[in-house]
Amino acid sequence: MTTSRRDFLQTSGWLIVSVSAAAVAGPFAPDALVQGPGPYPDPDFRQLDSWIVIRPDSTATFYVGKTDCGQGTGTAFRQMMSDELDIAYEKTACVMGSTDITVDQGGSGGSDAIQVDGWPMRRVAAEARRVLLDMASARFGVPVDQLAVSDAVVTVKADPSKKITYGELIGGKKFNVALTGNNIDATTGIAKVKPVQELRNVGRSPQRYDIPAKVDGSLKWAVDVKLPGMVHARNVKPPAAGATLVSIDESSVRSLPGFVRVVSKGNYIAVICEREEQAIAAARQLKVNWQRPAAAPFPASEDLFTYMRGATPTSSQRPNVVGDPDTALAGAATIVEADYDVPFQGHTAFAPAHATADPSNGQMTIYSNDMKSYGMRNGIATFLNMPREQVRVVWMEGPQGYGRTAADDAGFEAAYLAKEIGRPVRMQWMRNEEQAWDTKGPAFAVKMRGGLDAQGNLIALEYDARSADYGHLGYNEPETVLIAQLMGTRRSTPAAGSAATPSDMYVVPNKRTAAHVVSLPLVWETPVRTGNLRDPNGPQSTFAAESFIDELAVAAKADPVAFRLKLLTASTTDDGGFKRARSIAAIKAAAEAYGWDSRPSPKPRAAGDVGDVLRGRGLAYSFRGQTVVAEIAEVEVNRRTGRVWVKRLVCAHDCGLVINPEALRRTIEGGMLHSISRALYEEVQFDTEKVTSVDWVTHPSLTHADTPEKIDVVLVNGDPSPRRPDLPHYGAGETSCKPMIAAVANAIHDATGVRLRRVPFRAARVLAALKAAGV
Amino acid sequence: MSNITLRVNGRAHTVDVEPSTPLLYVLRNDLGLQGPRFGCGLGQCGACAVIINGVAARSCVTPVSSVRTEVTTLEGLATGGRLHPLQQAWIDEQVPACGFCQNGQIMTAKAMLDKNPHPTDAQIREGMARTLCRCMTYYRVQAAIKRVAGGVA
Repeated sequence: MTTSRRDFLQTSGWLIVSVSAAAVAGPFAPDALVQGPGPYPDPDFRQLDSWIVIRPDSTATFYVGKTDCGQGTGTAFRQMMSDELDIAYEKTACVMGSTDITVDQGGSGGSDAIQVDGWPMRRVAAEARRVLLDMASARFGVPVDQLAVSDAVVTVKADPSKKITYGELIGGKKFNVALTGNNIDATTGIAKVKPVQELRNVGRSPQRYDIPAKVDGSLKWAVDVKLPGMVHARNVKPPAAGATLVSIDESSVRSLPGFVRVVSKGNYIAVICEREEQAIAAARQLKVNWQRPAAAPFPASEDLFTYMRGATPTSSQRPNVVGDPDTALAGAATIVEADYDVPFQGHTAFAPAHATADPSNGQMTIYSNDMKSYGMRNGIATFLNMPREQVRVVWMEGPQGYGRTAADDAGFEAAYLAKEIGRPVRMQWMRNEEQAWDTKGPAFAVKMRGGLDAQGNLIALEYDARSADYGHLGYNEPETVLIAQLMGTRRSTPAAGSAATPSDMYVVPNKRTAAHVVSLPLVWETPVRTGNLRDPNGPQSTFAAESFIDELAVAAKADPVAFRLKLLTASTTDDGGFKRARSIAAIKAAAEAYGWDSRPSPKPRAAGDVGDVLRGRGLAYSFRGQTVVAEIAEVEVNRRTGRVWVKRLVCAHDCGLVINPEALRRTIEGGMLHSISRALYEEVQFDTEKVTSVDWVTHPSLTHADTPEKIDVVLVNGDPSPRRPDLPHYGAGETSCKPMIAAVANAIHDATGVRLRRVPFRAARVLAALKAAGV
Repeated sequence: MSNITLRVNGRAHTVDVEPSTPLLYVLRNDLGLQGPRFGCGLGQCGACAVIINGVAARSCVTPVSSVRTEVTTLEGLATGGRLHPLQQAWIDEQVPACGFCQNGQIMTAKAMLDKNPHPTDAQIREGMARTLCRCMTYYRVQAAIKRVAGGVA
């Protein structure tokens, strides 16, 4: 359907609305402002025109199937593609994520935007350049190798007066060039991508194009959609998990101003009114008779870890065993054991889940910030029993989308309600609903055991994790979104879930890693439901593993950096991504940038030191995919109040070829601070029937007052051949989250001598631990 | 419903709404000023901040009928086609990640600097402490405020 984008300005019947502007990434992409009446067939990824449009004025628009959750990926795509196309960055724009005008690259997820999707983008842009050079070759009657190209102008090398622009070459027409590839990630033309050394925009830091409209108030977000005849909906959720709807007294709201309808099916209820504040008031006022379940849906959060350790796992991963850990532990000079607990932690998006759905023309358009717009389209088509071609998702910007958020659920709800009442419906959750019912990162209970020989060498290591992840939700699944669960149309078998094992390159001769999943009593229709949260399971497993490495270093009376380097240099072989060599480089770079003083932890306290503030530093390291990160946190712990302040941060980060260093730095900073928020504050709390952490007071988050004084990000290139022309670009969206909880715990121990093994480290918990230890 | 007249960004508007309606919904849904956004509806996060009487007010918990004086929204900060120095600093410092909270960050910072043009680091932390960001752009927000407070803008 490449014709639609390019022809629709001349086509009658297209409705121009103001709502899709957020998908537009620059001044040269007016196309996305135009809304078609449907149907909406898939753009063909094997057609060059689906990816790149070049206008007569030699501006180019790139159409990509990704969504930018605030990390600047759109800017990075423009940098990579403009380099391959040989066009000035400023003359390009990027359109992202709307299912009818961009190819299906899956939206966002897995930090794969640059690492995976960047490659087909580079290849198609290189192919467009090749095709344009062929056109110029025919025009001038000289071979391609006699042509030079710069900033979208092709010149005959022997006669520079002979020149022509890309816009003149394409002449307002389409490329009509077929691409190949078995799947969208493999999409390619004939042309090869450039070696790293020939990239010009890559490695620079053009400012993110999306920021100006975010600071002057002009950006239209998914929450801003207004359509003719649109009404507002709010959900009425069960007051207790697993409650059954007995009856609704509609007369309790029927006479309210603006009342439109109560829509209900199974245990799902929504109230619809003409105005937003009316819908909020009516949803609060609606009288509903619920029957509470006979059995408690879950233990109270304070009893969670006891429950998890006592539960029979729903599944257990086959343990990964190296050497003979049992024998090695039996012969160890020192054995160290520790349990680590991480509670459920939520997305708690800054705007509660929302979407607007328009059922006009017998089609269904959903305006959503969901990071996987393509999956949402498919899921909603199935859910509503509509042909895919009649459903599209227009992706617009929204609050931070770091995984499977409740944006999925709100999209389905808006579409269902719009179909039910035949009018455009704007759905938004309330804050208490978001905090309680959004998807959570699973709680982890981890047991670690390690053995040192008499010289302090680590000879055996065991990791045994339990994750409360049974029924883990996928993205936009028509049988697991909340509305489907509440309506009783859920599928029969819940997802198995998973429990992660640590990601490190330590060489330990005897090692066992085991992981189990346990289930809460209630699996469906529960607010304590799990889904992917930024680096799913990484912060939890790494908190245990990297805290424990520190505990082993303490037992060995070794400096924690030296102890880790010893484990990394215990072998000379490496994997295909040189992760071991790059791990060593990252840890060394972090230690150097921080000015690490080599000594065992905890930090010795001067005799007679009676000050309130204790200071210490901790390091932790991990990798995600091919991206390696080492992080150092310096903390101040107030022993009178228990407050922890992470005063200074250092991150050494190796994600291969860096596209936009400044945008990358900010992404890394945000990832680290997100994990500090999880380390210090975040916990989903519940009694035995409902979530009780329902706003920003009961579910606190990091604030300005907690901001580090200094953050240093060191971009490392630890590749053994750092200048190689094919240096890959790896993902960077999540790795920086991974080791930070452990780094903070290690720093608190260094400062106080007290080891915290239960997240979060809120002041009351820290104070109690300090008092118990006599600090 | 009753007619209520508001002065927003230098213009007068009359709307017909329930007097108890939070100002936020009137700005967004009746006046088309969508810089302020719904974050919590509880006055806890700052996404809805607008400036009234020099204070960064939480419009989600401000009844429209209680507003007696001029309201300034994010859209009203620029003058004569020039961004407010804070907005420019936000671009120069490349502050936003997703950007959803940045209305609150900018409006709260403006009210703070209007009262105290040269705050200390501690005053910035304290003055901004109730304005949340879930992408955790605090470090850059504070850097941008310091750019303006230091006179760089």
